[in-house]
Amino acid sequence: MGKLFKDTAYKNLDDFIFGSAKYPVTTKSGLEIGGGIVYPEVNFSLPTMTISEESWPEVVRIYHEIATGISERCNELYHPGFVAEIEILPEMTWVPKWGAEITKVVKDVLRDNDTNHGTKTAVRTTVIDLREGPNVKHMWSGKEWDLVLDTFKRSAEAGADLLSIESVGGKDIHDEGCMYCDIEKTIFGLWLGSKDMSRLWSEIVKIANDSGSIPAGDTACGFANTSLVLADKNMIPRVFAAADRVVASVRTLVAVEEGAKGPSKDCGYENIYLKAISGTPITNEGRVAAVAHLSPLGNIASCVCDLWSNESIQHIKLMGGFSEVVSFEQLAYDCRIMNGALRKDIKLARAIRDLNADSDSRLDPMAYILRPDVALAISQELVKQDTHYLRMKKGAELALQAIQKGYDNNELLLIDREVGYIDLLLDTLSGMPDTDDAFLAKMADSCGDLFQPKKFDL
Amino acid sequence: MSIFDDLSTAVQRGKVKDVEQLAQQAIDDGVKAEKILNDGLLAGMDIIGGKFKNNEIFVPEVLMAAKALAAGTALIKPLLVADGVKEIGTVVIGTVKGDLHDIGKNLVKMMLEGAGFVVIDLGIDVAPEKFVETAKERNADIIAMSAMLTTTMEQQGVVIEALKAAGLRDKVKVMIGGTPISLDFSRKIGADAYSTDSSSAVDVAKELVS
Repeated sequence: MGKLFKDTAYKNLDDFIFGSAKYPVTTKSGLEIGGGIVYPEVNFSLPTMTISEESWPEVVRIYHEIATGISERCNELYHPGFVAEIEILPEMTWVPKWGAEITKVVKDVLRDNDTNHGTKTAVRTTVIDLREGPNVKHMWSGKEWDLVLDTFKRSAEAGADLLSIESVGGKDIHDEGCMYCDIEKTIFGLWLGSKDMSRLWSEIVKIANDSGSIPAGDTACGFANTSLVLADKNMIPRVFAAADRVVASVRTLVAVEEGAKGPSKDCGYENIYLKAISGTPITNEGRVAAVAHLSPLGNIASCVCDLWSNESIQHIKLMGGFSEVVSFEQLAYDCRIMNGALRKDIKLARAIRDLNADSDSRLDPMAYILRPDVALAISQELVKQDTHYLRMKKGAELALQAIQKGYDNNELLLIDREVGYIDLLLDTLSGMPDTDDAFLAKMADSCGDLFQPKKFDL
Repeated sequence: MSIFDDLSTAVQRGKVKDVEQLAQQAIDDGVKAEKILNDGLLAGMDIIGGKFKNNEIFVPEVLMAAKALAAGTALIKPLLVADGVKEIGTVVIGTVKGDLHDIGKNLVKMMLEGAGFVVIDLGIDVAPEKFVETAKERNADIIAMSAMLTTTMEQQGVVIEALKAAGLRDKVKVMIGGTPISLDFSRKIGADAYSTDSSSAVDVAKELVS
């Protein structure tokens, strides 16, 4: 296991703000992230098409078109730079040379733009985690594991500045936990995820170090964002999804414990906890990510971001240009406001941060627990716990207590059927075991065939 | 309160043991299995489904009710078979080839089971031929497919073509869903129906087998 943070990087809210991280990173392309400027991180996906040998030339052409369009819009807006994220699709991970080729295509376009127009850009390659389904017998060996690592290696060699993944260890158990609002099972899924990440990220860090890429970070997209989506569809209580988010932050932080440097992945709304504890830069997606999905976190997600993302948009032509180019422009204008405030007066920047927090946090508990003051206070308590499990259990308790307090103080609106769940969940948490071993034994019993201990060497 | 009301209430509350006890009592009293199913178990599940649609309850309550329903159904199943009562329908469900997303598909599966369908879950990354083979083997009424990516949604059309090639298109209805899916796309590939979420999927499936 890597380094377990015992203290938070931030002690108060004064410098806990967008654009500035305690430990900025500089990519091999020369882009400094977290050093006082917020940059857009633009993501995109292919139009409706099938990826095959036959369609591959067209796939390459489209990625070239996307990278060129974004670069040109960056120049037209006199924007200083950006990060382009490539989410490597399953087909491009089953065939790792394809993932690497796409990384190279985008990187070459961005490198030329830097040379010719003086921008600073970087490519983040996010490899899809193939280790799902009944064919996967072990998380750290076998075909899927080898292909994931091979895609990382080849993409890093092809020029990726930042390496990321949305890892899925424990996701199947978490899925069932959140569908039933079973907080124990939900925590167990994330706890298994933390075990998996510990091993996975130690490998990714090695690959990054060998190539000069930055091991950037993971995300709880398959975990807490599943809860978020279900809550947004009124399928599960929002208070449950909020607690899940804080629990998930413990898992996402494992990447940093193993040597990741940031910026962590955009869809990890829990990233504010990462920054509070580790001081590494973060990416967040918010209002511009409405192109990909609904969320009640559009403004508050920007409070402490260092890169500002659109999540992903499918490549289609709009009146203003291709969709990802339009998305980039929206991000760039948001960044101008944040960067302008940082340049002019830090008090103004803090006021913008707080306005963004206040505008969302009253309306939804998932937003409330992302308030910088709430996140920092919870983070300061989380780091006092000695194990991932104890941090997760504590995180859920603290989140629910903060939500209850916010509701009692009329700072947060909740409908009645949400309020009832707070006590139900706290009751369950109070009855959970006090040690990792006791927790594992209990969950091994209750999960049945869903939990395959051999997959995790347990 | 009749035994049917009691069964309905027990299903709504997700009380597995109560449902089993009441169903057994009804069987012992000579009540027809079909009436136990329709007037007790499914009646309770219908009420739960309505409450969910009206945002009065969350999915966990629906799933608990579905578990209770399944417990009651298991008890009366031999009697239903003996009486020649047919299932409401059989659905083969899966996420299409190349796509690893499964929670939307899982929710649809659970909702369909809760409504009384027999559901055969093929999981994620399912090859077209697997959908077709299973539908043939299990004499399925419906194939339900999920796709969450713009690069996998066309696989839904591939499955429909495979069904045609196997000579099964007239026998098996096809319903599709997933984030990038639209009515327009559904029509383009020749699906019979599409649904926007797991609760409407039940209505769509009922319509297809009616």
